[in-house]
Amino acid sequence: MRVVVCVKHVPDIQQPRSLRADGLLVRGGDDDTLNELDEDAVEAGLRTAEAAGFPAEGHDVTVLTVGPSAAVESLRRGLAMGASTAVHVHDDAVAGSDAIATARVLAAAVAKLHAEQPVDVVVAGMAALDGLTSLVPAALAELLGWPQLTLADRIEVADGVVSVRRETSTDVEELTAPTPAVLSVTDQAFRARFPNFKGIMAARKKPVTTWTLSDLDLAGTAVGAAGSATRVVNAAERPERPDRVLVTGDAETVPALVDYLSQKGFV
Amino acid sequence: MSEQDDRTRGAVAVLVDHLDGVVKPTARELLTLARGLDRQVHAVWVRAEGGPAAPTAELAAHGADIVHDVEVTGADAQLTASVVDALQTVLAAVDTVGLLLVPSTFEGREVAARLAVRTGAGVVTGASGVTFEDGRWSAHKTVLAGAWDTACAVTGPLAVVAVAPHAVQALAQDGVAEPSVVRHTAAASSAARAVTVVSRTRRPTSERPPLAEAEVVVVGGRGVEGDFSGVEELADVLGGAVGATRVATDEGWIGHEAQVGQTGVTISPRLYLGLGVSGAVHHKGGMAASATVVAVNSDPDAPIFEFADYGVVGDLTEVLPALTAELRRRKG
Ligand SMILES: Cc1cc2nc3c(=O)[nH]c(=O)nc-3n(C[C@H](O)[C@H](O)[C@H](O)COP(=O)(O)OP(=O)(O)OC[C@H]3O[C@@H](n4cnc5c(N)ncnc54)[C@H](O)[C@@H]3O)c2cc1C
Ligand SMILES: Nc1ncnc2c1ncn2[C@@H]1O[C@H](COP(=O)(O)O)[C@@H](O)[C@H]1O
Repeated sequence: MRVVVCVKHVPDIQQPRSLRADGLLVRGGDDDTLNELDEDAVEAGLRTAEAAGFPAEGHDVTVLTVGPSAAVESLRRGLAMGASTAVHVHDDAVAGSDAIATARVLAAAVAKLHAEQPVDVVVAGMAALDGLTSLVPAALAELLGWPQLTLADRIEVADGVVSVRRETSTDVEELTAPTPAVLSVTDQAFRARFPNFKGIMAARKKPVTTWTLSDLDLAGTAVGAAGSATRVVNAAERPERPDRVLVTGDAETVPALVDYLSQKGFV
Repeated sequence: MSEQDDRTRGAVAVLVDHLDGVVKPTARELLTLARGLDRQVHAVWVRAEGGPAAPTAELAAHGADIVHDVEVTGADAQLTASVVDALQTVLAAVDTVGLLLVPSTFEGREVAARLAVRTGAGVVTGASGVTFEDGRWSAHKTVLAGAWDTACAVTGPLAVVAVAPHAVQALAQDGVAEPSVVRHTAAASSAARAVTVVSRTRRPTSERPPLAEAEVVVVGGRGVEGDFSGVEELADVLGGAVGATRVATDEGWIGHEAQVGQTGVTISPRLYLGLGVSGAVHHKGGMAASATVVAVNSDPDAPIFEFADYGVVGDLTEVLPALTAELRRRKG
């Protein structure tokens, strides 16, 4: 079984984050980290491969990222959790890609991996906590022409068929599709394992392959700002909410609160 | 160029979200938003073969000039790829559409992503509004857990904007002419046909409005200490929905579908009331766009007070019952 897990290196959401004058997110801080939701994707990928015999010979879990040089740290984290190989697509032309352009790079990388050794499933997280678009997994499926099974909370692969369970806003669904397929997972079902010391040490020795756009036969115009059909034209820090009120007390505070709700038209 | 030509050029299409033929409140908002742009408005209704036909009068009252009623054949009509097939069929028939509005749900965003790949469209998600400037569509959205406001322009031939709930107030107009209705059949693509729906079970629905669409959301956090009955009572007095933090859903005090936040439901109600909620960044990311934020928390240093419009530093066990009682009294 071959599993590819897409992981993104993002600014730590617990730290102040900001946008540059050109509207792009400030990246490259010391606290930048593996997108938390992609830890669940790595976990899901590992469990899926383990069910087929990974880490025995012939099975592989590859972590894949598209990002700046520091993104290799997120790959190391995935390797420390147990992934066997890592691929880093790193090319200055990729900076400033929107979600669809990013998916284009990921698709080219997955296609190259697939040509080398067939991939059974690609697993992504439910969202990257920087842009929070949740566009990439579906775009990736469309680009690869592989079936899309997103927001899974249970995954089984057997005899060339992937089965997932997922919850939509209204339904619980069980879907199946032939492999290879593109999956994303929620943060509900795949609580990520914590890398142990042995894993962290082993990760240092595992291979990380670096590809540029030319390795992927992608033109610079297909990615970055040139390959993105969206552009941030204005970005401003939001002012604090004006006229904020803070009162202290218990039941005696209630009449004034109800007056406030009433003024706003909620009563 | 006549006024009619101007309205037609760069028409707006709206993907109408519905559940078994019942139009979702957010779809009425999207149509209202589209009507306000003063373009020809195409409503796209996607259904299974023999599924419920488009409620044309309701769609017209909210802004549709033309209703496209699309039956998907050959695959499950609710699959993302099927919806994209249906939209592509309409876009092929109406080549004037410059802006497509979809709901900013997970499903709506996935539809946007696939359509963008197929058509070269630019996608903006979680938008609170759209404008037409310098010959292109631009969408407004709040990012980084409510800390920044941005405008994002679409440079591609088609703008697909996933709109957050409550971007505008849905408004039906009286005396609107019957829209013209165009029927289409969309043959599902191989992407849709590849997926088999083995089972689909409707989750039990509550009497309360759905979380994502509710005008008022009352959220309980760890501070409710296991008992959501007070939160539910207050929600009912205000006609709102009940939400929860991840702590409350992980503890099993309430179902996971009630989780508000970055990895739960993203909400932007007119009123958010947080009870015993600390305001962690994961939570804030899913509610920062709420119009009015009210918080009750016993800890004066709780982060939620940094962005609440009205905060009460107090004990829930005292404040909550008094608040519900006072609201009941004033409502008579
Ligand atoms: C990957 C990831 C994703 C996450 N996604 C989400 C998400 O989508 N949504 C989400 O909500 N969380 C999410 N979380 C969790 C989030 O980080 C916080 O842990 C959570 O939001 C805190 O919930 P809380 O406010 O109920 O609990 P706490 O942070 O423990 O706060 C409880 C508050 O209640 C107050 N309180 C206690 N007793 C009383 C009383 N008697 N009267 C008044 N006030 C009282 C306390 O002062 C405190 O401020 C996520 C975490 C991770 C790692
Ligand atoms: N630059 C990237 N490199 C690798 N994976 C990514 C990248 N961007 C997004 N992804 C994957 O796509 C998922 C959804 O991201 P997004 O659509 O950006 O919210 C993430 O959880 C990742 O699994």
